[in-house]
Amino acid sequence: MTEPEEYYVALFESISQVLRSEKILKNAGIPHKLIPVPRHISSDCGVCLRFTSNLKKQIEDILAGKVDVIEMRQL
Amino acid sequence: MIYETAQKTISDDALMKTIYFDNAATSWPKPEDTLVAMNLYSQSIGASPGRSGHRLSIEAGRVVFETRDALAQLFGIHDPLRIVFTKNATEALNIAISGLLKPGDHAITSSMEHNSVMRPLRSLEDKGLELSIIPCSGQGDLNPDDIVPHIQKNTRAVILTHASNVTGTILPVADVGKIAREHGLIFCVDAAQTAGAIPIDVDEMLIDLLAFTGHKSLFGPQGTGGLYIRNGLEKVIAPVMTGGTGSKSEFEEQPDFMPDKYESGTLNTIGLAGLGAGVRYILSQGIDAIRASEEVLTTAFLRGVQSMDGVILYGHRNASRRIAVVSFNIRDMSPSEVALALDERYHIMSRPGLHCAPSAHKTIGTFPAGTNRFSFGYFNTVDQVQSAIEAIHQLISGKGSYARNH
Repeated sequence: MTEPEEYYVALFESISQVLRSEKILKNAGIPHKLIPVPRHISSDCGVCLRFTSNLKKQIEDILAGKVDVIEMRQL
Repeated sequence: MIYETAQKTISDDALMKTIYFDNAATSWPKPEDTLVAMNLYSQSIGASPGRSGHRLSIEAGRVVFETRDALAQLFGIHDPLRIVFTKNATEALNIAISGLLKPGDHAITSSMEHNSVMRPLRSLEDKGLELSIIPCSGQGDLNPDDIVPHIQKNTRAVILTHASNVTGTILPVADVGKIAREHGLIFCVDAAQTAGAIPIDVDEMLIDLLAFTGHKSLFGPQGTGGLYIRNGLEKVIAPVMTGGTGSKSEFEEQPDFMPDKYESGTLNTIGLAGLGAGVRYILSQGIDAIRASEEVLTTAFLRGVQSMDGVILYGHRNASRRIAVVSFNIRDMSPSEVALALDERYHIMSRPGLHCAPSAHKTIGTFPAGTNRFSFGYFNTVDQVQSAIEAIHQLISGKGSYARNH
């Protein structure tokens, strides 16, 4: 039996930054998914990056200095 | 199928014979990849990029991002989001010039500029901008050292074309970039004629702002272009247009980050799909291979006409100092007369006149009559150039009777 997955989302200012992050993660082989920003987080119509909580540190490091992340939030 | 409309107005036969030497206005034909990408976007994506969270919108966003990414690779830009998309180089130059310069500032430019640089500068001059136009030589060359004496306390920027659209002369962008950086000036380059034709590296050339168009040597469709803005400069450049960006929708103020600050309204996604494919085609061929091929065509043309009595050539005789743009005149014939004869009798598409650059024509002594311009592209052949040389030869020998008959 697997543990229920814990997810985080990374929020960005714009879709361009989401897509740049997506490309960086893709190239690094880090699993992730683009999802619409959950309603309880923001009323904006954008998308964000979702990933499992164990990848948080790795993703923070790889995006540092390349893309500005507004915040990472637990879902 | 793609050429269906063209074939309705131009017969197959005429299309086959067409020699297109107007690539400096718009490149044609495009690589097949450009058309395929536009078709693919149109048929299977179609949505608005960055506006909604659904998968087609995200896919449209990816198409736009991949185009940014390819351009960043081509120009040595580390962060693709430093590139703002516009409808052409003119819009990009308007953002750079009008967004940056204020009354009381001083700007420096060259006498070889296109009106896409001159007119925004002249408009600002009416509002109190000080402007110095550095004279270039009769071949269109700029001596970088001529800039230094013009630098004043209030000098803000140097705006320079990378290569003349009239003579093809390549200007010393890297040297001017060094001078600008040493004096703390913002350096803006008009790469309308060079992006995709000769190597550009924004870091090596110390370029702060790079304006380019998509529909010339980058092999995209018309209605695409962009502006590279060096990190931090977005803080001092006001957008020309404001509006919806799909970001920060809760605020009624324009976002202050790249590229949204300058990208209001839905982008030309289908056009950018084509532009991305065009740029990837360039990356796959290698810009050096493209440059070498265009240099061969230019050399063949210059060699073929330089000793022809009755032909007046402008710009450098050495193709390595110019892009694949050549200007010439035929003695006792007006440029429009020559262009019409080339089109009607020889199926050669060229451009006569002033090429939107009156100052450049004054510099090389062809104002107001202008010149005939051939601009070669990657898809032209040496055979086509030889046909054009023969056509010019025939025009010179038989020009009297031609003029009488028309």
